Amino acid sequence: MAVSVDEAVSAGPTPDRPPPARRVRRRGHGRSVLEVVLLTVLAVVMLFPVLWMIETSIKENRDVYAVPAEFFGFTVTLDHFRDVFVGADGGRSALSVAFLNSVVVAGVSTVLATVLGVPAAWAYSRFTLKAKKDQLFFILSTRFMPPVVVVVPIFLMYRQVGLIDSKLGLILIYAAFNVPFTIWMMKGFVDEVPAEYEDAAMLDGYSRLQAFGKFTLPLLVPGIAATAVFALIFSWNEFVFAIFLTSSDDVRTAPPAIAGLIGGTTVDWGLVAAASVVFALPVLVFAYLVRRHLVAGVTLGAVRR
Amino acid sequence: MGTVAVQGLCKSFGKVQALDGVTLDVPDGAFFVVLGPSGAGKTTTLRAIAGLDRLDAGTVHLDGRDATTDAPAARDLAMVFQNYALYPRHTVYENIASPLRARRRPSGEISAAVERMSDLLHIGRLLNRRPAQLSGGEMQRVALARALVRSPRAFLMDEPLTNLDLKLRVEMRTELTRIHRSLGATFVYVTNDQVEALSMADQVAVLKEGKVQQVGTPTEVYERPANQWVAGFVGSPPISLLPCHAEGDRLVGAAGWTLPRPRWAAAQDGRPLLLGLRAEDLSVERRASATLPGELYGLEPLGDRTVVDVRVGAQILKVKSRPTITGTPGEQVLVAVDLDRAHLFDAGTGLSLSEAGR
Ligand SMILES: Nc1ncnc2c1ncn2[C@@H]1O[C@H](COP(=O)(O)OP(=O)(O)OP(=O)(O)O)[C@@H](O)[C@H]1O
Ligand SMILES: [Mg+2]
Repeated sequence: MAVSVDEAVSAGPTPDRPPPARRVRRRGHGRSVLEVVLLTVLAVVMLFPVLWMIETSIKENRDVYAVPAEFFGFTVTLDHFRDVFVGADGGRSALSVAFLNSVVVAGVSTVLATVLGVPAAWAYSRFTLKAKKDQLFFILSTRFMPPVVVVVPIFLMYRQVGLIDSKLGLILIYAAFNVPFTIWMMKGFVDEVPAEYEDAAMLDGYSRLQAFGKFTLPLLVPGIAATAVFALIFSWNEFVFAIFLTSSDDVRTAPPAIAGLIGGTTVDWGLVAAASVVFALPVLVFAYLVRRHLVAGVTLGAVRR
Repeated sequence: MGTVAVQGLCKSFGKVQALDGVTLDVPDGAFFVVLGPSGAGKTTTLRAIAGLDRLDAGTVHLDGRDATTDAPAARDLAMVFQNYALYPRHTVYENIASPLRARRRPSGEISAAVERMSDLLHIGRLLNRRPAQLSGGEMQRVALARALVRSPRAFLMDEPLTNLDLKLRVEMRTELTRIHRSLGATFVYVTNDQVEALSMADQVAVLKEGKVQQVGTPTEVYERPANQWVAGFVGSPPISLLPCHAEGDRLVGAAGWTLPRPRWAAAQDGRPLLLGLRAEDLSVERRASATLPGELYGLEPLGDRTVVDVRVGAQILKVKSRPTITGTPGEQVLVAVDLDRAHLFDAGTGLSLSEAGR
C-alpha cells in the first residue's frame, strides 16, 4: 500500500516540486550523476528483498541453503508453486484454502465498505447536517487506534456473539475499518461534482436518489475504483485481526497462513517465498490496472483542496 | 394553470442573509422578471421556488396550493440554471431529452420534441456533441432547450442570456418573448440586465440584498421608482442625483443652483433631498426656463446618441444629446431640466417623495 501511494503522489504534480522545473530537468540531458547513484542505491535496497524472494521461490531446496548463496546458475523449479496449491496428499493445500479465504474476505468487505461508504460520503457532501465537521472527525478518529489496541476487546465481543474464527467476523471488522476511509476519500470526489447536476435532474422529474444514481454516480466511478483498491489492499494485507480472531485452517486468510509456515524446526523457505509471491501478485496487478485512477484518486481526492 | 406565489421567504447562509422576507405574486401567464445586482438573492429566490434549498421561513404556493414542502420533481417546473448544469456525460440530444425521459414519454414524442427545440434554438448541428465541446453561448441555448422542451407549470430562468453575444442576445430576447406569447406559459425570469428586464417583462420585481424594493410594470419601475436605489439601478445611463433642499417655491442645490419647486414636491423646507434627473429629460441649451449652470466635463459618443457629462458643483449630470453635439471640456454650459419628469427623494430614507403629489 505504501508503495502505491508513493508512486501515485510522485507521478502527479506535487506542491513541493513544481511541475515546470521538473519538466525542464526532464528535457535536459537526463539526470545528474548523483541522482542516478542515489536512485540506484535506493532501488537496490528496495528491490533486493523482492528479487531474493522471487529467486528463492524458483530455486530447488538444495540451492536455497547453498553457502555461499548462488545468484545465477541454479536449477529453476516450479515445485514450490505447485506445493502452494496442491497438498501432500494430492488434494487442496491449506495454503490454497487460505488464499481463497483471503479473496472472499477482502472482496466482500470491500464491497460492503463501498456500498455503505459511498452513499454516506454523498450525504456528507450534499446535505447540511448538525455538527457535520464533528461527525466527520469522529468517523476519522476510529482509524486513529492501531488494530492491536482494539483487538482484545473485539476478541472478547466476538467470542460472546459467536463471530470468533469465522469469515463473517473478519469481513465485518475489515468493513468497519474501511467505511471511514471510504467516506473520507469519496467525500473529496463527491465535492468535486457540482450539485447542480442533481438539482437539474430533480427538476427534470427524477427523485433525489435517482438523480444521484443516474447523474452523479457515473462521474464517481474513477474515485470509487481508487477507493475500493485501497480498501481491498488493506483487507488483503491485514494481519493482526486475522491472526487473533481466526485459528482454523478453513477460515484463516493468507497472511497468518504464510506466517504459520515459519516456526517449526525446519522452515521450507522455498514454499514461504512462493506463497509470498502468489500473495503479492494480485495487489500489484490490481494496482497496475487502476494506476491512472489511483493517481487521480490521490491527487484529486486527498492531496488537492 | 401556472401561478407562483411566494410569501416571506427567508434564507441565510451563515452570516449572509440571502433572502429577507421576499414576497412575490406571479400571475398565470406572466413574464415576470426579477431584477437585481449580483448577490441580490435572485438565484436563491428561484431555487426556493424550485424547492432545491430548505428555507428558513416562508411559503411557496403553486396554482394556489401550498407546495412549500413538495419535492422539486413534484412541482412541475422547468429551470435554466445560471451555470447551465448540463449533464457532462450526456450528448446535447440526451440533455434536451432528459426531462421527457424522466417522465417516461414515448421515444417518438421525444425525438420530435428535441428536433423542434433544436430548430427553435439553432443547435441542430450540436446534437451529438457533449457539453465540454460547446461554447458558453451554445451551452446556454442547450440549457434553454432542455427547459423549453416540456410544458411545465412555469419556467424559471436564471440569467439565461448573459453569455450570448449582443446580436444573439437581442435575437433571443425577441425569440423568448415570442415563445412566451405562443405558449401562454408563466415565466419567472432572473436577470441583472435592466434593458432585458424593461424590454421583456410584464412585471418587474427589483431585488436588493434579499429584499424586494419595488414590484410593477417596467414603465412604473422606470417612471416612478419607489426609492433612490431603484432609480439609480434602473436606467442607462444611470439617473443623476443632486443634493438639494426646498426653500419656499424654489429648490436650492448644494452647489448653489436654484430651480422652481415642482408642485408635487411635498417636502418640508430645509430637509435634505435628492433631485433625480434622467439623461433623456435633460438637454444642453443656450436658454431655457429651468436651467442648471455647469461645466462641460466630457462627451461619450454612443453612435445613435452622445451622452454629455456636465459637472454641476461636485456632481456629474448625464445628459442625452444628439450625436452631432460638439463641445470642449471646461466650457460653460446650461442644462435644461424637464421638471415634470424629475424625481425627488428624501436624502435620509431614500424613499421617493414624488409619488404622493403626482
Ligand atoms: N451556497 C451558498 N453558500 C453561502 N452563501 C451563499 C450561497 N449561495 C448564495 N450565497 C450568498 O447569498 C447571496 C445571494 O446569492 P444569489 O446567488 O442568490 O445572488 P444572485 O442575485 O443570484 O447573484 P448573481 O447575479 O451574481 O447570480 C450572496 O451574498 C451569496 O454570496
Ligand atoms: Mg445568480
